[in-house]
Amino acid sequence: MPALKNLFATRWGIISVGAFIGVFAPLLQKWGNPGNMGVCVACFERDIAGALGLHRAGVVQYLRPEIIGFVLGSLIAAYIFKEFRPRVGSAPIVRFVLGAFAMIGALVFLGCPWRALLRFSAGDGNAIFGLLGLIFGIWLGTLFLKGGYNLGRTEKTHTSVGWLLPLIMLGFLVLTIIFPQIKGETRSGVLFYSLKGPGAMHAPLIVSLLVGLAIGFLAQRSRFCTMGAFRDLILFRQTHLFLGICALVVVAFITNLIVGQFHPGFAHQPVAHTMSIWNFGGMVVAGLAFALAGGCPGRQLFLAGEGDGDAGIFVLGMIVGAAFSHNFGLASSPKGVGPHGIAAVIIGLLVCLFIGFTMRKKIA
Amino acid sequence: MSTVVDARGLSCPQPVLMTLDEIKKVNKGEIEVLVDTDTSKENVTRAAESQGWQVKEIQGKGEGYRIIINKD
Repeated sequence: MPALKNLFATRWGIISVGAFIGVFAPLLQKWGNPGNMGVCVACFERDIAGALGLHRAGVVQYLRPEIIGFVLGSLIAAYIFKEFRPRVGSAPIVRFVLGAFAMIGALVFLGCPWRALLRFSAGDGNAIFGLLGLIFGIWLGTLFLKGGYNLGRTEKTHTSVGWLLPLIMLGFLVLTIIFPQIKGETRSGVLFYSLKGPGAMHAPLIVSLLVGLAIGFLAQRSRFCTMGAFRDLILFRQTHLFLGICALVVVAFITNLIVGQFHPGFAHQPVAHTMSIWNFGGMVVAGLAFALAGGCPGRQLFLAGEGDGDAGIFVLGMIVGAAFSHNFGLASSPKGVGPHGIAAVIIGLLVCLFIGFTMRKKIA
Repeated sequence: MSTVVDARGLSCPQPVLMTLDEIKKVNKGEIEVLVDTDTSKENVTRAAESQGWQVKEIQGKGEGYRIIINKD
């Protein structure tokens, strides 16, 4: 086992995980997921918020099995390799707020870093502004990190604490099995479903779940992180995680070409708008929030799977943030930013700066 | 006599930042880094090696690891 344990921590390990995602994300789109949204952690958590009725945007309601798979795949990997470490207590409320604003920022751009990379690999030029915003936000985050920003230490806790988010995900899975989609109906038991829009587009449940489990497993092993990729490059000149996202982009580009999903341009890209400033601005907020919280939205799911309760709080913050986004008209649509999206970006930036400037706790 | 960096309970990039700070401070010799996750263990050893330090020993210590790095 030790050989296998170290395999994923190597350069080729992280590259192969990025490549795996690069193959399967575009394929999930081919199998039914929305355009350039084979995997999007922010969009999928937003869809989950919709499926649960936390917001009532009719076009984005589906309990995405990929997210469930991410957490449970990571949990399985963590147990097999004896890395499940229940821990909690590093400024949980801050992580909740960061999660909420990360989501609000991401939904102004219409995608998390994962989707930004996938949109870019499919020829969506608007993603360039999103990625630039992401990098700028992460760069701001590294300034705070250099200045002593940190949220304090976690503490070891009960095993069952580490199990809570995985159990919530298992509960979601049970709900989708008890209340499957009924053709032509927007409700099935307690769950909401979309009849049109991105929420109505999805790969078969079992396919989504299996790919999610595989990605969750591999990402836990390799520590794949789209925020860490840029952060480590900026902060330490380290290319390790960056190689992972490079592999993702290159392989996703090739896969998109092969399956006919590469359409270069700016206008009429799937689930995207062309307001470049706000594509940039939304991702500045998201990038800064991810950097201050120590992980991209995917990484937070994988951490939650290996017992990190604070990462679990960040995930719940994102789901609640998605509800606010749609209830308050903060989220963008293909027509452009929402009625209060610009205000949300400004407030989100101020909140993140407040957190960054004021939380320079001395590490005891 | 080695200096000790206690990064237990801290998530990345904190353990790496602390280790690199210590490396800059002492320039050579021996540093003992305490971490409590495998991710931190990998990140710290990777960062130390990139600075030309050697990983002398990694001990599983209770719920975490004690990493001893040195440079002559």
